[in-house]
Amino acid sequence: MESFESFWSIYSNLVLTVGTNALLALSIWLTLSCGLLAMANGAFMGIGAYTAALLTMNVPGEHFALSLAGGITAPMLVALLIGTPTLRLSGVYLAMATLAFGEVVRIAIINTESITGGALGLNGIPPLTQWWHVAGALLLALLGLAALRRSKVGRAFQAIKLDETAAGLMGINVNAHKLSAFVLGAGLAGLAGALNAHLTFFIGPSEYGFDRGVEILTMTILGGIDGLTGPVAGALIITLLPELLRSLKDFRTVVNGLILVVIVLFLPKGLWDPARLRRLFSRRPAAVRG
Amino acid sequence: MLKLSHVSRHFGGLQVLQDVNFEVPQGGIFGLIGPNGAGKTTVVNLITGLLPPTAGQIEFEGQSLVGTPPYRITQRGIARTFQNIRIFKDMSLLENVVVGMHSRLGYGPLDWLRRSPRFRADEARSRERARELLSWMKLEHKADEVADGLSYGEQRKLELARALATEPRLLLLDEPVAGMNSVEKTELMVEIEAIRQRGYTIFMIEHDMRFVMGLCEQIAVLNFGRIIAQGRPEQIRNDPQVIEAYLGRDDDEPAAAAAVEARA
Repeated sequence: MESFESFWSIYSNLVLTVGTNALLALSIWLTLSCGLLAMANGAFMGIGAYTAALLTMNVPGEHFALSLAGGITAPMLVALLIGTPTLRLSGVYLAMATLAFGEVVRIAIINTESITGGALGLNGIPPLTQWWHVAGALLLALLGLAALRRSKVGRAFQAIKLDETAAGLMGINVNAHKLSAFVLGAGLAGLAGALNAHLTFFIGPSEYGFDRGVEILTMTILGGIDGLTGPVAGALIITLLPELLRSLKDFRTVVNGLILVVIVLFLPKGLWDPARLRRLFSRRPAAVRG
Repeated sequence: MLKLSHVSRHFGGLQVLQDVNFEVPQGGIFGLIGPNGAGKTTVVNLITGLLPPTAGQIEFEGQSLVGTPPYRITQRGIARTFQNIRIFKDMSLLENVVVGMHSRLGYGPLDWLRRSPRFRADEARSRERARELLSWMKLEHKADEVADGLSYGEQRKLELARALATEPRLLLLDEPVAGMNSVEKTELMVEIEAIRQRGYTIFMIEHDMRFVMGLCEQIAVLNFGRIIAQGRPEQIRNDPQVIEAYLGRDDDEPAAAAAVEARA
């Protein structure tokens, strides 16, 4: 018990970051699952983080539930506004448009110094996030998304990803489904941002820029987008790998990058690839028989 | 049931369809035939809303379809298959068909989030119906296989089952036997006839004459974007204009010369 307490006092922040990163990975999984490469999730995380932090610091009484609700709702509203025009784009064009949106958000934060603290960031956010907030949020997100996957909505997402025209002719409102994936993803990213802001005491605009967007995408692609296990596994690896490699000191980031390259080279569909796992397990009994 | 009046479609300066008029009656199989490049697939794309007509009116059961998005046209009771098969290859056969029932599943987000009794009942019912539709196409034994592994003929049958899953009253088939061998063609002919007997109206585009003549009660012939003949199979078979469109005519040279003159 004592050893657990000392472990927790050192690593609690890391464990909870795994949780918020998993939420982020799931947020981009939503858009990827209907074939959209939208890179705005870093920005949505930022909008959620700033909204929640400002609510906590400016509304008397520190209502954490209110802050979280604001952190989820604000990015969803923004996604609803920008989704209608941008989701008409496909492939890299959508990626470019959403990356540009991320820049707009970052620059907007820098230039509204009186509210957001500008480039200096927001200091002194009360650390209200408890471990069970993160665990609960992740559990609810996983349960909700698992239910979605088994419903007609999940099937519609998959159909849109495989063939948009055919999906439309199956009676699926393609634009509405894309927009709802985008908006729900924004809400999840905002929730992750809100929880993260109340863990770290400080947030700044640079945390939600291009690098963050790429990191979120990397977690999900690395883990695999065919299922919910992939994004969570990806978040675990991307968050923990730099810590596990700490003993390598200066070579840490080099080895970190190498491992990622090797995984992508040999497992192009990600770590969690149900089809490959099935093949792996079906081949073994056959070998015994033969 | 379906009525096209004065429908035209241009692609830039290219007139693909000019003043096309025909009416598909309820029940039975209606065929639209014509040589390659006559504009047949464009007709289906206009009806299903993938393309807007440049001019003219398309009506289904008395209501205009022009400007309606494809998913709404499907919901109103028109389904189609594609000349170049477009099944969802990474899904199982069963999932492919269940996707077709999307708009017929009435449950909402609160139902699937809580896995409510309504959600379970609707899902169970849709799976049962999907298996039934697969059995119509004699594919039920492969229901849980991945669609990518099917043969060409089986993929077409799966596409048919998926189209029927949307509960259409009118089924549009775009060259259903393209690329099939004669055994597969005969098989599919039996299936399409069986579908008709179940009460669906079928509108078929085809240029395999034997197939069309054997199935259709009514045939319209499209050539260079115009309807040149319409009638029963035996009338079409003996129509001099149709024979000309398919086989050309003896005095081709004067006609070609006239065309060159007209261009100059």
